[in-house]
Amino acid sequence: MNPVLDIAVRRRLGDFLLDASFTSEGRLTALFGASGSGKTSLVNVVSGLIRPEAGHVRIDGETLVDTGHGVFLPKHRRRIGYVFQEARLFPHLTVRQNLLFGHWFVPRGDRRPAELDKVLELLGIGHLLRRRPGALSGGEKQRVAIGRALLAEPRLLLMDEPLAALDEARKAEILPYIERLRDETRIPIVYVSHALAEVARLATTVAIVENGRIAACGPTADILSRPDLAARPGAPEASSLIAAEVIGFDEPFGLANVKTRAGPLMIARGSLQDGERLKIRVLASDVMLSLKPPTGISALNVLPGRIAEISERTGIGGSTVHLRLICGEALIAARVTAKSAELLELAPGKAVHAVIKSVSVETP
Amino acid sequence: MRLSLIVATTAMVASLPLGLVVALLLARGRFWGKSVLDAVVHLPLILPPVVTGYLLLVGFGRRGPIGAFLYDWFGIVLSFRWTGAALACAVMGFPLMVRAIRLSIEAVDRKLEDAAGTLGASPLWVFLVVTLPLCLPGIIAGMILCFAKAMGEFGATITFVSNIPGETQTLPSAIYTFTQVPGGDAGAMRLTLISIVISVAALFLSELMARMVGRRIAVE
Repeated sequence: MNPVLDIAVRRRLGDFLLDASFTSEGRLTALFGASGSGKTSLVNVVSGLIRPEAGHVRIDGETLVDTGHGVFLPKHRRRIGYVFQEARLFPHLTVRQNLLFGHWFVPRGDRRPAELDKVLELLGIGHLLRRRPGALSGGEKQRVAIGRALLAEPRLLLMDEPLAALDEARKAEILPYIERLRDETRIPIVYVSHALAEVARLATTVAIVENGRIAACGPTADILSRPDLAARPGAPEASSLIAAEVIGFDEPFGLANVKTRAGPLMIARGSLQDGERLKIRVLASDVMLSLKPPTGISALNVLPGRIAEISERTGIGGSTVHLRLICGEALIAARVTAKSAELLELAPGKAVHAVIKSVSVETP
Repeated sequence: MRLSLIVATTAMVASLPLGLVVALLLARGRFWGKSVLDAVVHLPLILPPVVTGYLLLVGFGRRGPIGAFLYDWFGIVLSFRWTGAALACAVMGFPLMVRAIRLSIEAVDRKLEDAAGTLGASPLWVFLVVTLPLCLPGIIAGMILCFAKAMGEFGATITFVSNIPGETQTLPSAIYTFTQVPGGDAGAMRLTLISIVISVAALFLSELMARMVGRRIAVE
């Protein structure tokens, strides 16, 4: 079985050296990194807009580029759907013509009847068909751009920060559609982002891009909670991503009981339904550690566990320590001061209680 | 006057394909001698029209190198024929057309072309269905400019094909003839009015077409 993505490319762009290699099995692989880290250059290599000096690009076992064997498929023969940061719709065509643009160029042998209705329904853009791009809102444009890429029957969908140019309300409008895309179509997705919340919500696999290189690549929950990654300067705060299921409610107080692999938790009920599955995220700074089962505290969620990993001291003056605990079957990231770590004599294998101060629900 | 319209229209239509190619080369091409091509295209704009007409006469006249070749192989004679007038007008209008088209091609967003490429369109298709429609206003403007220049062209035409009534006598040369004979004022005035009407109509038409196209591709 070939990996979905198998990429190893090198290309000098001015002073910047892109030298990235990774493989991914995920349905949605996020390329995560700061602005200017080379994420867009990397997807441009995959799409064929940039030609690498050396390396290969393989998708589902099919070779698109292999400089060693002189293979370089031009961009219009790659069948890769590309959703750009700006929608890049064709202003002289209607929404309908825009959507069917790519379908028209699918090689005859591979062409299936356009699944226009399905895509319209999936993205909720049926009412826009006769309009022109100039008359659409930012969110609508971006959905049309996604639909246009989908209807070209791509073997891979590249999304380069498709939400970056939109405000919060528009982002919230589009995110569910991308989730449906991930879950309902068979097209693997590469999603470029510098927003941790988007990555945590959408990605099954994360590749961290840094200075044109892939610093780490793996399952989302593992990458986001790794102490060694969180300990690096400029890295976003570590967090734990945990699958959960609603098993009951505490009606008088408006809370929901959820079952997780880390143990039972109580979260705000919100609009949750009984039996609903969701993903919750706990920031490392929202986890407090206690050697004994704590009593007389306001936090409701306390999980027993033991320390799995502990990082070097980091931050200004080495004030901070990142840790990862095993609670039940899940990994929980935590962040404490170096002083606390020394006072509590924290070390791998030591039993502790994780006091969770706040939980955010990622997928309602 | 009908002759003038035919000459100007022929000049416009005949120079359009070449104008497109040259504009595309100048806007997008990267090749040795690009600035030389640019200069040659613009030459008729800077040279005195009489010089251009004389050069045409030398080159395309019956005994000129190109003229002789055309006559020997195709039996085409340009000098002192209306086709020659069209050629002179086309040469004079060409730089204006190329400039307008080139500017509009440069204004087309390359990112849209990239997007079309990732959707499976080969470079030729990208040009036909994205680039060309998007620079249509510029192409129309270029054609109108070329047409207007051709209608008014005098110096190169009279030098190259002279002023033969019914064959090469375009509007400006007819007006010129009237002013040279006593009592020709009325005739000259009549032709002047016609010429004003045609110019205004052409301008109006171009405005109308540009607006129609512009509404279709109203960029966000």
